[in-house]
Amino acid sequence: MPSRFLRKSRCSVALLEVNDLFRSFGGLRAVDQVSFTVPNGMIKGIIGPNGAGKTTLFNLIAGSLVAESGTIFFDGRPVSGLPPHRIAARGIARTYQNVKIFRQMTVLENVMVGCHQRSRGGFLAGMLRLPFTVREERRVRARSLELLEMLGLPEVADQDASALAFGRQRSVELARALALEPRLILLDEPAAGLNIRETVQLAQTVRSIRDLGITVLIVEHDMSLIMDISDEIVVLDFGRKIAEGTAQQVRRDPEVIRVYLGDEDAEG
Amino acid sequence: MSSELIIQYILSGVTSGSVYAIVAIGFNIIYNTTGIINFAQGEFVMLGGMIAISLVPFMPLPMAVALAVVITAAVGALAQIAFIRWLKRPHVLQLIIITIGLSILLREAALHIWDEKVRSLPYFTGTVVTSVRIFGAYVSPQVFWVLGVCGAAVVLLSLFFGRTLIGQAMRACSADPLAATLCGINQKNMVTLSFVISAALGALAGCVVSPITQTHYECGTPLAIKGFTVAIVGGLGNSTGAVAAGLLLGIIEAFSISIMPMAYKDIIAISILLAVLSYRPTGLFVRREVGALKEF
Amino acid sequence: MSREWVPFGALAATVILIQLVTMFTNTQYYLTQLIMAALYSIVVIGLCLLMGYAGQISLGHAGFFAIGGYTAAVGTTLNLLPHRDHVLVRMAERAGLTIQTTNSWGVDILYFSPWITLLAALLLSGVISLLIGIPVLRLRGHYLAMATLGFGAIIYYILLGSRFLGEADGIYDVPGFGLPGGFTFDGARNNRVLSYYFVWALVIGLMVLMHNLVNSRPGRALRAIHGNEPAAMAMGVDTARYKLSLFVLSAVCAALGGVFMAHYNGGMGPTEAGTLKAVRYVAIVAVGGMASLWGTLGASVVLNFLSLRGYFGSLDDAVFGVVLITVMLVAPDGILRRLGMYTLRRNRDTAPDAFPVSAEKQVQRGTA
Ligand SMILES: Nc1ncnc2c1ncn2[C@@H]1O[C@H](COP(=O)(O)OP(=O)(O)OP(=O)(O)O)[C@@H](O)[C@H]1O
Ligand SMILES: [Mg+2]
Repeated sequence: MPSRFLRKSRCSVALLEVNDLFRSFGGLRAVDQVSFTVPNGMIKGIIGPNGAGKTTLFNLIAGSLVAESGTIFFDGRPVSGLPPHRIAARGIARTYQNVKIFRQMTVLENVMVGCHQRSRGGFLAGMLRLPFTVREERRVRARSLELLEMLGLPEVADQDASALAFGRQRSVELARALALEPRLILLDEPAAGLNIRETVQLAQTVRSIRDLGITVLIVEHDMSLIMDISDEIVVLDFGRKIAEGTAQQVRRDPEVIRVYLGDEDAEG
Repeated sequence: MSSELIIQYILSGVTSGSVYAIVAIGFNIIYNTTGIINFAQGEFVMLGGMIAISLVPFMPLPMAVALAVVITAAVGALAQIAFIRWLKRPHVLQLIIITIGLSILLREAALHIWDEKVRSLPYFTGTVVTSVRIFGAYVSPQVFWVLGVCGAAVVLLSLFFGRTLIGQAMRACSADPLAATLCGINQKNMVTLSFVISAALGALAGCVVSPITQTHYECGTPLAIKGFTVAIVGGLGNSTGAVAAGLLLGIIEAFSISIMPMAYKDIIAISILLAVLSYRPTGLFVRREVGALKEF
Repeated sequence: MSREWVPFGALAATVILIQLVTMFTNTQYYLTQLIMAALYSIVVIGLCLLMGYAGQISLGHAGFFAIGGYTAAVGTTLNLLPHRDHVLVRMAERAGLTIQTTNSWGVDILYFSPWITLLAALLLSGVISLLIGIPVLRLRGHYLAMATLGFGAIIYYILLGSRFLGEADGIYDVPGFGLPGGFTFDGARNNRVLSYYFVWALVIGLMVLMHNLVNSRPGRALRAIHGNEPAAMAMGVDTARYKLSLFVLSAVCAALGGVFMAHYNGGMGPTEAGTLKAVRYVAIVAVGGMASLWGTLGASVVLNFLSLRGYFGSLDDAVFGVVLITVMLVAPDGILRRLGMYTLRRNRDTAPDAFPVSAEKQVQRGTA
């Protein structure tokens, strides 16, 4: 009972609350009874070895996969079982470990799709190009350009997004996710494939995203990055949560050290 | 309905059902090695029948059938080599359209080589009027030819895929093309081979069934749709399922004639296809869980 | 007029120019095929959006074309005189929704106004495509292709097997479509020029609507579905609904083409629902460059015109087979684009590549 009470009392400040989430593939328990909360305005990190279930966890939260059991509350309301677009509409945006850019659309158009939820106009309005859609279009375009500016991409706005370098595609994805004006953003290994300078820049970007009032849940293998920017960290291994706490706490956790034994990053 | 009539219906259903099963297995073989659905599968059946019909005046029937099978297999190989083999990372939509184009080409070629007349091979034993009496029902001996040949083909195929090195290599390609290539299997040859086998299989079915159902340059598409229905109902890639589903569909169709107009007979298969695709695309005989990992 | 509308102006000018040229060279008979080509173009423009922009193949659009055509044909050939006392017929008559004439056999007939049947055809095709689209559009690739092919085949067999629908002969004696201004759209020679302008106005109007759609919020969402469906969902696009709406829209376009084809030809037969027709539409979109409205329109007019004038002779269907394979082998994203004729669609009409190389599968197997 006390634990339950604890959960409830935290609920009021937690933006995201994950309870006993479970999902398996065949016999493999990819996410195994994972629970944690993400308070509003926090940068929360998720780490774990390859195959620990981090991406699966993101897919469950974003609705691309359905959990077999467990619940997810976002802003106090259940989101488990909702289709991805409804979850996006609630205010959860994401990026992908393997960049999923809209091919053969320009960078600007990619970001404009991100504004989908925050603009109006259906088939009929679009076909007839009703005056309000023209205004919306102008607003969405301006907003998307703003985001591209923020992520340092304004000069490639009219280029084919899939032709960009990998690192810049990541930025496009990020801009696209921000266009959704989310309250929570899920970043799946945003530093993968980036060089050191870009990684430093990324840390800055993640902080400024948080400063915009957006809560961040971030999966990352780059330990120095994640220890640096996260307020709290969840550690997964074989689908199970083995530790949770501040960078300091997690770093000293014997279970975590065991899992990352020999991994220098875990020490420093 | 008298019991003789029921037996009659069942046997006629099983006959057409085994042809559907063969077409479905043809789909499966290519699907398993490549992930492609070959829309021209029905045309192989038509070609087999047509070629054998043209050859039979010049040689004994078994030889005509054998030669027809060989020629159709060669057509299958040529088509695959010309239109598919050399493509680098083709997209699904591209492959769909290519095999659809191929089916039209084969059909139109048949129209020009032969014509739009309906033909048929002579009965393998006896004539149209010859019949065997079982359980009081009169049945053409050709029915047993169809069942025998189709049954033998299924058994031989399962031996081929289960026991021979090449058969196992083909299965390896379907399970993991990259790993198979790393093991020294020539994946491209395996794909071509899969076209050869399923073309040959289709042609064989086309020959044995020709005396009963007759052959016509347009008979491929309906067969392809029914074969595909059977493949889906049985679970795509699952040949045992295909046999069961084929017989089931054949029997359902046979009985349908007694309750609805003949003209609508072909609608049944398609309706089943749509229903199964819509509500259980993994097929009726496959556990949902296994199918869940496939992409539909 | 902004630059955006120049192509439409050019198209309108071309339409007029062709009519004038045929008038002065006394080759007005070409207009007949151009009218029919325009009617088929209406189908193909809708399909282009579905296939090229949203990436959903359909081999069932010949079925929708036939649904439109047959609805119009049945509705306008059904003689209501014997049922004049029926309350519905009486109401329709009172509302001016029926037409009474004497047909070519000298028989008095009363039939529904083509406007009513047009509406009915569009509604019917919309409802059917909605019902079929809900389950079927959950499928992808081969499955979707086969399912839509199956749907088309069902329509074909129903038309072929129903006495009421004329079986193999189809329906004939369909009257012309009376338009405001006392002009009739039909195959009569003295109506040809006006019919020509009418259908081409229809085509241009449709092109404008579709062009707007492609460049609107829903259009972008549709292209995103093609570009990467999971990501589109994660960005808040209700992909199922968008695909379905587009499917219905394109089916209604097909039916629209079918309705006017029935009035123009004075009838319709079951072959219009056949697989070969469906494949033909797909071929035209493929030749046009998949995600190119202008390419599709161009391919449609050229191929249909040549085919209807009989240039391909008995190889008519074979030509489409060859074209289909060739395009897919040589230039899967469209011949026109290969030839560099894509200047028109460079900025505004940019659309997803016909075949984005999907990394999806590897991703799921390898790292996910
Ligand atoms: N769609 C799927 N089908 C089958 N197994 C899957 C699927 N998705 C993930 N898995 C399995 O679930 C486990 C967890 O995968 P997940 O991608 O969540 O790990 P991860 O922590 O993100 O790893 P990485 O650090 O490599 O990104 C892995 O063993 C993986 O093989
Ligand atoms: Mg991952």
